Amino acid sequence: MSVEQVIDALRGRFADLDFSPQPLLVRPDGTATEQMWVRVPPERLVEVMTFLKENEETLFDQLVDVTAIDYLNFPGAEDRYGVIYSLLSLVHGHRLWVKCFVNDPDPEVPSVTGVWVGANWLEREVYDMFGIRFQGHPDLRRILTWEGFPAWPLRKDYPLRGQGEREQYEVVTRESA
Amino acid sequence: MAVLPPQPSTLVPEDLAGDGATGDLWTLNFGPQHPATHTTLRMVMELDGETVVACTPHIGYLHSGFEKLGEHLDYNQYVTVTERINYVSPIANNITFHHACERLFNLTLTPRCQAIRTICAELARIQDHLLCVGAAALDLGAMTAFLFGFNEREAIYDLIEEISGSRFHPSFTRVGGLMQDMPPEWPAHVKAFCKKLPAALDDVEALLNRNRIFIERTKGIGYLSAEDAIAWGWTGPLARASGVRRDLRKDEPYLCYADNWDGKGSSGVDFKVPISRGGDCLARYLVRLEEMRQSLHIIEQLVDNIPAGPINVLPEGKVGLPNKREVYFSIEGLIHHFELIMTNRGFTPPVGEVYGATETSNGEQGYYLASDGDKTPYRIRVRPPSFIHYSTFEKLVVGHQISDVVAILGSLNIIAAELDR
Repeated sequence: MSVEQVIDALRGRFADLDFSPQPLLVRPDGTATEQMWVRVPPERLVEVMTFLKENEETLFDQLVDVTAIDYLNFPGAEDRYGVIYSLLSLVHGHRLWVKCFVNDPDPEVPSVTGVWVGANWLEREVYDMFGIRFQGHPDLRRILTWEGFPAWPLRKDYPLRGQGEREQYEVVTRESA
Repeated sequence: MAVLPPQPSTLVPEDLAGDGATGDLWTLNFGPQHPATHTTLRMVMELDGETVVACTPHIGYLHSGFEKLGEHLDYNQYVTVTERINYVSPIANNITFHHACERLFNLTLTPRCQAIRTICAELARIQDHLLCVGAAALDLGAMTAFLFGFNEREAIYDLIEEISGSRFHPSFTRVGGLMQDMPPEWPAHVKAFCKKLPAALDDVEALLNRNRIFIERTKGIGYLSAEDAIAWGWTGPLARASGVRRDLRKDEPYLCYADNWDGKGSSGVDFKVPISRGGDCLARYLVRLEEMRQSLHIIEQLVDNIPAGPINVLPEGKVGLPNKREVYFSIEGLIHHFELIMTNRGFTPPVGEVYGATETSNGEQGYYLASDGDKTPYRIRVRPPSFIHYSTFEKLVVGHQISDVVAILGSLNIIAAELDR
């Protein structure tokens, strides 16, 4: 079962969607990785993911990773954020990457926690780092930084040295505690 | 207080008014600094007597922005950060990161480099499992097994120091090769270690495998079925202890695990993947113990047959650093060196994204790299197995006694630096 067959199965089921499958990396000399990604619009994400997980030909039973990239300065990028789902089929041994593009001012994608339970913390981390909201997530709180942290640190417009959050911490003394 | 109507005298425990509303639960804060958490993590548990009813993990105490740092360091510099991710087996992180980089740059490593990297990766696996097996026993009160494990870890530190110059943070790999060649006597020292380790493993087994306290505190504790393990994203020894047949070394072979790794038709190294169907803490312990023996078997096959030749890919490709002799004594070598090192030069990767993963001691550790053609990556994403395993923690501990919490935590081998990055 190859990735081409997976993409054929996707096209057969969702004829109205443009998946535009392409390799993750095409090098200048024309060689490409065998790793493929497909584009899925956010409003159809859960439907497509459920199909990918449950269809006999695709059977992506494991969600390996959820991450995001802020494509602010990326050459040739049209959208600001890409949420990237990395899927793996333990039965067939193939992988597929699904990208969902969203934009400011209110980046939001539906949560896939209903499809794979393991998406819970991964989506929380993306929310924490990029401020992308996951609609329908059971517990969308910050996970690595604390509630009330005023920024989204992995966005490209957030500087490496921070924005002075450390200087504004309340100093707890023996008297004020 | 309400007055109850008279009844025949049987003893019925009654909640006092108000107590029933909360079910008599009490809340216990565990961590962030506690000896049994090993590192800095915190959980808030709701207890009914000694039974855990709910558990909310709070993480992030060690968050240091490793992924953000990666956007400002080049493909060789970032290796120093990677080994701080899972610092129990640092050299395996180096290998994983550069495995992904080499996919990006489309490099084929030299046979000598592949053999040395494979030996180092397996040493790291032993190093990690020794600590995990020892510490899991330590949390249950068995001090001696931990000391046996740590004793052998010292020997591995010595081997890592000998090959890289640093015990704890070796930063040993480079894009397309290694920092330096191994010393000529290194294989003999590795072999001596391989002779010595089985006796220590036997000692650990003799102390624990038939130890009634250890068995009763781990058997049936923290059970997760194979279906759940897959759905929660488990990989590595934890998934294999639940009966998932999956090992990247077999399923997506790389380095010396792949056939024809030396270009001369050699088959990949021979080893078996231990699987257990227990799904509990005991199964995880047994899988790790057997994995160490299999790693030893892999090292023994390679250590006598490390191919001769260069350790780096040829510098003409403009990604591998030339050796110092060429830099000092030839103009081409000097130019290659400058092209990589000077701040206004550097790597020229293709534009795109790539994912590379290896089987580390905790499971599938992967790097998702995005490159915009600049000398530093556009984005580095680490797939941290500890983070994914720990998200299951509440499901594992609920219903168990409070003393089982440390047993489960030890069996998951949570490395807080990998958890928080």
